Amino acid sequence: MSDTPNTPAKGFLSKHAILERSPTLLLISSLLVVTVGGIVEIAPLFYLENTIEEVEGVRPYSPLELAGRDVYIREGCYVCHSQMIRPMRDEVERYGHYSLAAESMYDHPFQWGSKRTGPDLARVGGKYSDAWHLDHLIAPRSVVPESIMPGYAYLLDTPVNAEYTADLVSTHRFVGVPYTDEMIEVAAADVLAQADPNTEAYDDLLERYPGAQIRNFDGAPGVSEMDALIAYLQMLGTTVDFSTFTPDASR
Amino acid sequence: MSSNDQKDIDDVTGTDTTGHTWDGIKELNNPLPRWWLWTFYITIFWGLAYSIAYPAWPMISGATAGLLGYSTRAEVAQDIARFEDANAEISAQLASADLNTLLENEDLARFATSAGGAVFRNNCSQCHGSGAAGAVGYPNLLDDDWLWGGDFDNIEYTIRHGIRNEEDWDARYSEMTAYDEIFSNEEVDQVVQYVRLISNQEHDAGLAAAGEELFLNNCAACHGDDGAGNRDLGAPNLTDAIWLYGGSVDALEETVRYARFGVMPPWGERLTEAEIKAVTAYVHQLGGGE
Repeated sequence: MSDTPNTPAKGFLSKHAILERSPTLLLISSLLVVTVGGIVEIAPLFYLENTIEEVEGVRPYSPLELAGRDVYIREGCYVCHSQMIRPMRDEVERYGHYSLAAESMYDHPFQWGSKRTGPDLARVGGKYSDAWHLDHLIAPRSVVPESIMPGYAYLLDTPVNAEYTADLVSTHRFVGVPYTDEMIEVAAADVLAQADPNTEAYDDLLERYPGAQIRNFDGAPGVSEMDALIAYLQMLGTTVDFSTFTPDASR
Repeated sequence: MSSNDQKDIDDVTGTDTTGHTWDGIKELNNPLPRWWLWTFYITIFWGLAYSIAYPAWPMISGATAGLLGYSTRAEVAQDIARFEDANAEISAQLASADLNTLLENEDLARFATSAGGAVFRNNCSQCHGSGAAGAVGYPNLLDDDWLWGGDFDNIEYTIRHGIRNEEDWDARYSEMTAYDEIFSNEEVDQVVQYVRLISNQEHDAGLAAAGEELFLNNCAACHGDDGAGNRDLGAPNLTDAIWLYGGSVDALEETVRYARFGVMPPWGERLTEAEIKAVTAYVHQLGGGE
């Protein structure tokens, strides 16, 4: 028996012994190999022209919608609801036009979800009345007896805190959403204005966020998280006009 | 023993060793079975071929399209077209059909009703209930009581344009007055009791009698002198036992004080012409169609 290591050392394929004998070298090499997968799969998404198509109508969320989106994330709505209509006939027939990547380009993080205990919400905007959303969020089984969704009546009692709205909006700008300085400056006012149909900022708000719906969503005075959540739900999937937009088949 | 030039057979198992030794312990050489290795090579080959046949490799401005020209979007468009084509003839027939004479064409009526059922379950059942029995604030579509009319034309109009929504300028519209600041507390009670009287419910006769004049002066313009409602205004019949928001004293008081403003979204943009006709036919045959 020899106690010197045995090196077959014949040809290139036998060179693995070099890696196997140096833990540091093995670690670095494994990292390099794994990195290749990441580079090939992820890096092209940032420069390929056909990964995100330009779609007319897609705009950043208004401050109230953004606040509602925060409620959506906080309450874990994404656990049971997806926001991704896949390109399959059954889904298109049920939910409407399949989702486009551009429609979630201002989502940080995206809300595609991976589980549908409840229905997909990517195009729920405008499908039901505000009153329905209100009834349904307060007591889901009052309108859909078969539903297993929990109630969220307390959202009526929790006001939207405009103090942090500007921070919220500028955070989203930090991660790449094109909010202007003006939008951030008036964000605290906008978040309240959108729930007031008589607001003086009506036209300005529409100019900043085309197609935004301005009304008292929960029918109650003040701006509650219920207003915010319903404002968010009512705009989902409504920004792209599919009567004038034809998706490129190759994407 | 460390030579590679000759085989070093392990005495106990009779198996060749790799030549590696650790503190005198030898490693047996048990290579992977050939079939396993070949399967592995085939999967590598399959992966390469697949990435050539289907969209895969990122290039400068786009990914390779793949030799087969596959596209998810094209596939779903094809799939949808396949079913649309299959139904094209009967859908076109339905889209241009006069619903009032629909029942004369048995095939068309059958198609309309079942297609309408699918449209209803997807789009309408959340408010009107999966069995169309409605809920508080969302009308029951099974009974004979219609707010805006229950013939084919009226149902179709309601579905197409909705009620009191902001999206469609042709939506049905009416707005009840909120009497909270117009009536005194006593007057609210009187009107509520009068409505209880005309709907044949338990009521306070004295208050009800006092409420009659208030009703005639304020409510009758829309609900009619007899309280039987007015479909042109979507004003409900108050004399039947059918209540949209409830006929209890509390519910009636809330209605009188703060009014109601039920909204239905317009479906003209979301549904195709044939789908609108189909769901109209479906709702009409549920039981209350006129």
